[in-house]
Amino acid sequence: MSLTLSSPSSLVDLSFQVPTISAIFSVLTLHAGYNAAIVVVGTTLLGVAAGIIGVFALLRERALMADALAHSALPGLGIAFLVGTALGIDGKSLPLLLCGATLFGVLGTVVVQLLSRLRRLHEDAAIGVVLSSFFGLGIVVMSIIQNSGSGEEGGLSHFIYGQTAALQARDAFLTLGAAALTVIASTLLLKEFRLVCFDEEFARSDGWRVSRIDLMMMTLVVIVTVIGLQSVGILLIIALLVVPPAAARFWTERLPVMIGVSAAIGGVSGYVGASLSALFPRFPAGAVIVVVAGVFFFLSFAFAPARGVVALFVRRFLLRTRVTEDHLLRELYERLEQSNGDGDSLLRIGEGSRVVSLPELSTYRGSTPFARWLHRMLLQQKGYLTLTDRSTLLTERGYLAAARKVQNHRLWEEYLLTHADIPASHVDSSADLVEHTLSPEVVEKLKRKLRQRGTAVPESLHPLGSAFEREVP
Amino acid sequence: MIDFLSIDLPPLLAALFAAISCALLGNYLVLRKISLMGDAISHSVLPGVVVAFLLSGSRAGGVMFLGAAIAGILSALLIEGIRRFGKVESGASMGVVFSLFFAVGIIAMEQAAARSVDLDADCLLHGQLESIFWYPPLELSRFFSWSTLALIPSEVVIAFLTMLLTIGFLKLFSKELLLSSFDPELSTSLGFSSTLLYQLLMVVVACAVVASFRIVGSILVISMLISPAASARFYTERMKTQLVMSVFFAAITVFCGYTAGAFGPLLFGYEHSVSIAGMIAVSGGVLLVFSSLLAPQRGVLARKWRQRRLALAVRSDDILALLYRTEEQGGHLSRSKLLAHFFLPKRTAHVLRQLLAEGLIEEHGVQLSLTPSGKARAEQCVRSHRLWESYLVETAAVDRDHVHPMAERLEHFNTEELEGALEQALGELPTKDPHGKEIP
Repeated sequence: MSLTLSSPSSLVDLSFQVPTISAIFSVLTLHAGYNAAIVVVGTTLLGVAAGIIGVFALLRERALMADALAHSALPGLGIAFLVGTALGIDGKSLPLLLCGATLFGVLGTVVVQLLSRLRRLHEDAAIGVVLSSFFGLGIVVMSIIQNSGSGEEGGLSHFIYGQTAALQARDAFLTLGAAALTVIASTLLLKEFRLVCFDEEFARSDGWRVSRIDLMMMTLVVIVTVIGLQSVGILLIIALLVVPPAAARFWTERLPVMIGVSAAIGGVSGYVGASLSALFPRFPAGAVIVVVAGVFFFLSFAFAPARGVVALFVRRFLLRTRVTEDHLLRELYERLEQSNGDGDSLLRIGEGSRVVSLPELSTYRGSTPFARWLHRMLLQQKGYLTLTDRSTLLTERGYLAAARKVQNHRLWEEYLLTHADIPASHVDSSADLVEHTLSPEVVEKLKRKLRQRGTAVPESLHPLGSAFEREVP
Repeated sequence: MIDFLSIDLPPLLAALFAAISCALLGNYLVLRKISLMGDAISHSVLPGVVVAFLLSGSRAGGVMFLGAAIAGILSALLIEGIRRFGKVESGASMGVVFSLFFAVGIIAMEQAAARSVDLDADCLLHGQLESIFWYPPLELSRFFSWSTLALIPSEVVIAFLTMLLTIGFLKLFSKELLLSSFDPELSTSLGFSSTLLYQLLMVVVACAVVASFRIVGSILVISMLISPAASARFYTERMKTQLVMSVFFAAITVFCGYTAGAFGPLLFGYEHSVSIAGMIAVSGGVLLVFSSLLAPQRGVLARKWRQRRLALAVRSDDILALLYRTEEQGGHLSRSKLLAHFFLPKRTAHVLRQLLAEGLIEEHGVQLSLTPSGKARAEQCVRSHRLWESYLVETAAVDRDHVHPMAERLEHFNTEELEGALEQALGELPTKDPHGKEIP
C-alpha cells in the first residue's frame, strides 16, 4: 500500500480492500470483538442523543452556538491537561479533561451571548470571533504542551478530529447516560421546549421562564457536545447536532415525529458510520458518521414528499404546465373570437371541431418550440385538440374548456377593474397572474358578486392580440 | 538584523497581507450579517486542497489553490441552494454543508496519508507561518536583483497578490457593494444585481481565505476575517472609516500576535515560542472584547458612564426640587430625612456632597437649605415639573391624580426650547399647576 509521491497515477487509485460478508455481518451484529462493539454502541447512542437535542437547537436557531461551544472547548482540554500534570494527577484522565472542556465551552457561549447583547454585532459575528479566538488559544496551549516535550499532546489532538478507537466501556456508559438523560429530559420538557422554540413571546407572556428553559436546553446541548468530543471531535460534533434534525425537517411538520426521525437518522448514522469505519482501514469514524448523516440529509433534501426538492420541482412543473395550457387554450379561443365577426358558422370546418391554423400560433407567448409542442401533445391527450400536419383543431370539448378559461380570465379582469382599481390597459397581465389559482367555487362567488352572466363568456375589456402585439389603448 | 530579515519578516509580511485582505472583506460579511460564510468557506477548503492533491499528485501551490477555491465557491453555492430550495434556516444550512465538506476532507486526508504522503492534518489547522523563511543576499548591492526576488517565499507573494486583488475589487465595486449591503432591492432595481454581487463577493472571500489559510490555518482565518471589522464597528458608523480602522486593527492583531507568540514566552523564561497563528487569533478576540468594553461612545463602559452621569444629574435635580418644595411649605429638611427619601442613599449622599461643594446647598447644623443660586436651579426644575403637569392635564388629558409621577420623569427634559414649546402649547401661561401650587 505504500506508494511514493513520484507516481501520481497511483495516487488516484482509490481502491480498497473489500471486507468479507462474514466480517460485515459480525461488525453489524456486534460480534467483531468487544472494542468494536463498544464503539458501535457508543456512537449509535451518541447519534440518538445528538439527533434529539439537535432538533431543539435547530428550531431555536442555536445550531451554530453548539459549534462555538465545541471549538471553545479546546483550550479547556489543554489547560486541564496542564493543570492535571502540574498537580501530579494523570493529565489525560477523562473526567478532568471533560471538566475543562465543559468549563471553556460554556465560557465561550457566555461570551457569545454577552457580545451579541451589545447590539453592535449580530450573533453570527460574535460566534465567529469567539469560535476562532478560543480555538486559537487552544492551539497556543497545544503548542505549549508539545514544546514541553512530554509527547503527550497526541492524546489531546485526538479530540480535534475525534477518534473512536480510543473509546472504552466506561465511555460507552457515559454516552448511554447522556442519551438516557436527553431522552428523559426531552420527554418531560417537550411542552416547554416546544413553546420556546415556536413562540418565545407567547411563552414569556404566559409566565414561562424562557431563560430557564433555554438554560436547560443548552445544558443538554453542552452535555451531548462534550461527550461527543472524544469520538467525533471538536470540528465535527456540530454535524451530529445539525445534520439529522435538518434532514428530519424535510419529512414532517410535526415536532414529535421530527424528533423521532432525527433520532433515528442520528442513530443509524452512528451505527453505520462506526461499522464502516471498523471495516475499512483509515476511515476515521467521526468523519464517516458525518458523511453517512450527510447522505441521509441529501436523500431527504431531494426526495422527501412534502418539502423535498424533487417534489417541489414536480409541483412547480405541474403548475407551469397548467398555466401554459390555460394560456394556449385561451389564445386559441381568442383567435377564433377575432376571426369570427359573424357567428360560429365560419369555423365549423372539421367534424365537430373548430380550427385554428398552426402558423398563427407560432408566436405564442414567447414559449420555446419544445414547450409549445409538449403542451399541444398534452392537450391532445386530454382530447382538447386534434393535431393535423397543417393545423391545430380545437375539439368541441376543448372549445368548452377554452371558453371556461376565457370566462375565468375576463371575470378576473372585471373584478380587478371594478374592485382593485387597476386600469383597463394593465388588467390583462394582472389577471394572467391570478386566474390560474381560481377554484370553481371562487369563480361561482365572483360571478355572483359581479353581474350574473350565466355561462356566457364576457366580452374582452381590451383589444385582443398576442401578448406581444397587444398595445395599450 | 539578518535573523529578523530571514526569520521574522517573511511570516510577518505574509500574515499582514493576509490579515489586511481578510479584514477588508470582513467588513462586508459583518455588515450583511453573513459572518459565518467566511467560517463555512474556510472549513470547506480542506477537501478542496486534499482532493486537488490526490487527483493531481502535485503539491504545487497553484493546484492546491485552485482546488481550494473551487471547493470554497461550491460550498457557498450549495449553502445558498439548500437555504433557498430546502427552506432551511441559513445557520443550519451552513452547518450542514461545511461540516460535511470537512468530514469528506478528513477522510480524503487519511487516504492521502495512507499513501505515505506527508500532507499534515495539523498544518491545516495551524497554518505554516513558522516555516516561512527567506534567505536574503548578504550584500546590499544584490538586494534588488531578480534572483533575490525569486527567492521570496511563495506564501508572501500569494498573500500580497490576494491583497491587491481584494483592494482592487473593493475599489472597483465600492458603491455597488455598499448599496447592495444596505438596500439590496434598490441596488437590483438600479441595475446592480445584488445576487451577482453577493456571489462575486463570495468568490473574492474564497480567494482570500485560501491564500490566508496556508498561513494561519483554516479555523484561525475566521478570526482574521471577522475580528477587525467587528471591532471597528464599535468606533464608527461610517463605512469608509470602518474599512480604514479594520485595516489598522488587522495590522495591530498581527503584530501583537506575532510578538506574543514569538517573543512573549521568552520573557517568561520559556525557551520555545508558541503557536503564532493561534496568538494572532487570540489577539483578534482580545481586541474585540477590549473594543466592546472601552470604545469611546459605543463601548460598554462609555455607555455605563453616560447612564451614571445622567442618573446623578437627575438625582441632583430631585434633591434641589425636594428642598425647594419643603421650604415652599415653610418646613425644613434634615440630612437623614433627605437620605431616607430616595433610593440608594449612597448615591444621594454623593450627590449631596457635590451640591454642597458647588455652593447650591448650605448646611446649618443638621438643617439643609438652598442658597440663592441653588434656589434658582431648583426653581427651574420645579417650574419645569409644574409646567409639564399643566400641559399633561390640559393638552394630553391625563387625570390630575396620575400626573405627578409622569411629570417626575418629564421634568428633566428642561431645555429652553422645550420650555418655550410647552409655554406655547399651554397658550396663556398658567400661574398655578393642577394641584393649585404656584409655578415659579
